[in-house]
Amino acid sequence: MLRVEEQQPVEFSAALTEKFDEIVKRYPEGKQKSALLPILHEVQAEFGWLSTSAMDQVAAYLDIQDIEVYEVASFYTMYFLKPQGKYVLEVCRTGPCCLVGAEKLMEHIEQKLGVKEGEVTSDGLFSWRGVECLAACGFGPVLQIGPEYTFYENLDEKKVDDLIEDLRKK
Amino acid sequence: MARKLLLEHINVPGINTFDVYRQKGGYRAVEKALKMTPDEVVEEVKKSGLRGRGGAGFPTGMKWSFLAKPEGVPRYLVCNADESEPGTFKDRYLMTYIPHALIEGMIVSSFALGAKTSYIYVRGEMMPQIRILERAIAEAKNAGFLGKNILGSGYDLELYVQPGGGAYICGEETALLESLEGKRGNPRIKPPFPAIAGLYGCPTVVNNVESIAATVPIINDGGEEYAKIGIGRSTGTKLISASGNLVRPGVYEIELGLPVEEFIYSDEYCGGIANGKRLKATVAGGSSVPVLPANLTLKLANGEPRLMSYESLSEGGFATGTMMGSGGFIAFDEDQCIVRNTWNFARFYHHESCGQCSPCREGTGWMEKVLHRLEYGHGKMSDIDLLVDVSKKIEGNTICPLGDAAAWPVASAIRHFRDEFEWHVKEPVKCLDTNYGLANYAEPIAKVEVSTEK
Ligand SMILES: Cc1cc2nc3c(=O)[nH]c(=O)nc-3n(C[C@H](O)[C@H](O)[C@H](O)COP(=O)(O)O)c2cc1C
Ligand code: SF4
Ligand code: FES
Repeated sequence: MLRVEEQQPVEFSAALTEKFDEIVKRYPEGKQKSALLPILHEVQAEFGWLSTSAMDQVAAYLDIQDIEVYEVASFYTMYFLKPQGKYVLEVCRTGPCCLVGAEKLMEHIEQKLGVKEGEVTSDGLFSWRGVECLAACGFGPVLQIGPEYTFYENLDEKKVDDLIEDLRKK
Repeated sequence: MARKLLLEHINVPGINTFDVYRQKGGYRAVEKALKMTPDEVVEEVKKSGLRGRGGAGFPTGMKWSFLAKPEGVPRYLVCNADESEPGTFKDRYLMTYIPHALIEGMIVSSFALGAKTSYIYVRGEMMPQIRILERAIAEAKNAGFLGKNILGSGYDLELYVQPGGGAYICGEETALLESLEGKRGNPRIKPPFPAIAGLYGCPTVVNNVESIAATVPIINDGGEEYAKIGIGRSTGTKLISASGNLVRPGVYEIELGLPVEEFIYSDEYCGGIANGKRLKATVAGGSSVPVLPANLTLKLANGEPRLMSYESLSEGGFATGTMMGSGGFIAFDEDQCIVRNTWNFARFYHHESCGQCSPCREGTGWMEKVLHRLEYGHGKMSDIDLLVDVSKKIEGNTICPLGDAAAWPVASAIRHFRDEFEWHVKEPVKCLDTNYGLANYAEPIAKVEVSTEK
């Protein structure tokens, strides 16, 4: 179900709409709705999550109904419908990674950050969650951080601690 | 050393760039194909015996020959790079290290099918791979291998990369097409098949990354040469993603027909089970295929060695066999708990069900719930049969094969590891911090079972 817990009026920059224009060109005339998923990724990369205001503007840009954007944004797991930490640590929690310690690593991250899955640290820097298989099962445990979706493979507690420290200093 | 067709140059520095890839003989297949007719290209792929590497193993050449060709209607080739089957990570590997192999294959295949616009649908989490492919496409275009009038042949092709949004179901080809049209990933009811009405209602072929990349050596060497590699109807080489408790997990290119035992234990491949442990079980083809105990992994029910081929892996039907699937080979050592892993997979399928059909939406939920209580020591003996019952009610009763993919791992786990499930009921406290162990899953096979179920 779509629950938008916060409003965030947004304005799309010229650079961003230029990117939209570029994306729409990939599809035949009249099939601009195909650009929806790539455009939502661009919007999320810019603002960190998808507010209703942002989604409505995407709908207007693509000349489709608002609901067509909401139903897509709420179906796919990568789109955030509420604000997240600046860095979202997404740890693979699926079978093969669990064989090599993913569950312990998630417990460790929970302790280290002091927040439960899906919550944001008080400094606004971090949130974390378990996600399904990231197609890196031979190099597990793995986690990814958007919006570039950089991968961190063969993780252990020490590597995660170092990663968190590095991000804090950034 | 086995022959390598896809990963031969993977360790060459700079092979991800156009120039180095070209120096190593890249894009010869495009030059050759453009001098042939599209039908001749299709014919070579038919002769090669190549079977789809995305999971179903359907012959690629045959699939291509089903493509409808009405006048004045565009046709599309869509590459399935949604790779999200647990245990499978070969496509990401190929796209990361040797992206031009996919781009070259896309040009050859698009030409064969008469597609003027083709898309590579990549799962959204693979943003780095999307950037890599976009760069490779720009390089190929610069060199005249994409765009208008390729190499002066009169053939035009535009190639685009499309990101997904994070949904396993979009690997199913009709869900993928829905997603590419900017909608939720709900699989379509078939027929019509994509070959008749696919993307934007036009004739479309959807192929896996590895299938498309394999057309390059097929065109270079000829379909007959390709078909000489492998065994029986399992021709050519196959990328296997090896994960779990192995000394050297990773992506390996094997010649089909390699004995499973050699794959697991030889130093050329996985190097054996990690930390000196023993093998308990495997899932040979990605999470959707039946799990097998160690003894049935290494040997068929009649005691002959099991091979890495479509036929040998499925030998014995579901009673004593499994499937090649997408080649996601997961190894479990003696310390792993089958109940826990089965619960984990059931949770995965419940999470990923698109929710269109009740047997899948509700059934996966029930399986997850019942497996959770068994794993955490709250289960009853009757739960075990309940699981079998639920899995049977899903199987074959859904719009897309995700329902079957959710049912088979559960049914096979109970078929082969029932004693372990019963132990979880009998030892509700002990099972929380101990595992059932290896039991006799690695013992030689006592009796030959004749397969009765599929
Ligand atoms: C739930 C589900 C997920 C799938 N995921 C993938 C996938 O990630 N990649 C893939 O190539 N095929 C996947 N498939 C298979 C595709 O539907 C399709 O058969 C395949 O892309 C055809 O390509 P091929 O003939 O080259 O194998 C999936 C099928 C199902 C039912
Ligand atoms: S089987 Fe499951 S995933 Fe497939 S269409 Fe039905 S509900 Fe959706
Ligand atoms: S199971 Fe973790 S990446 Fe596949």
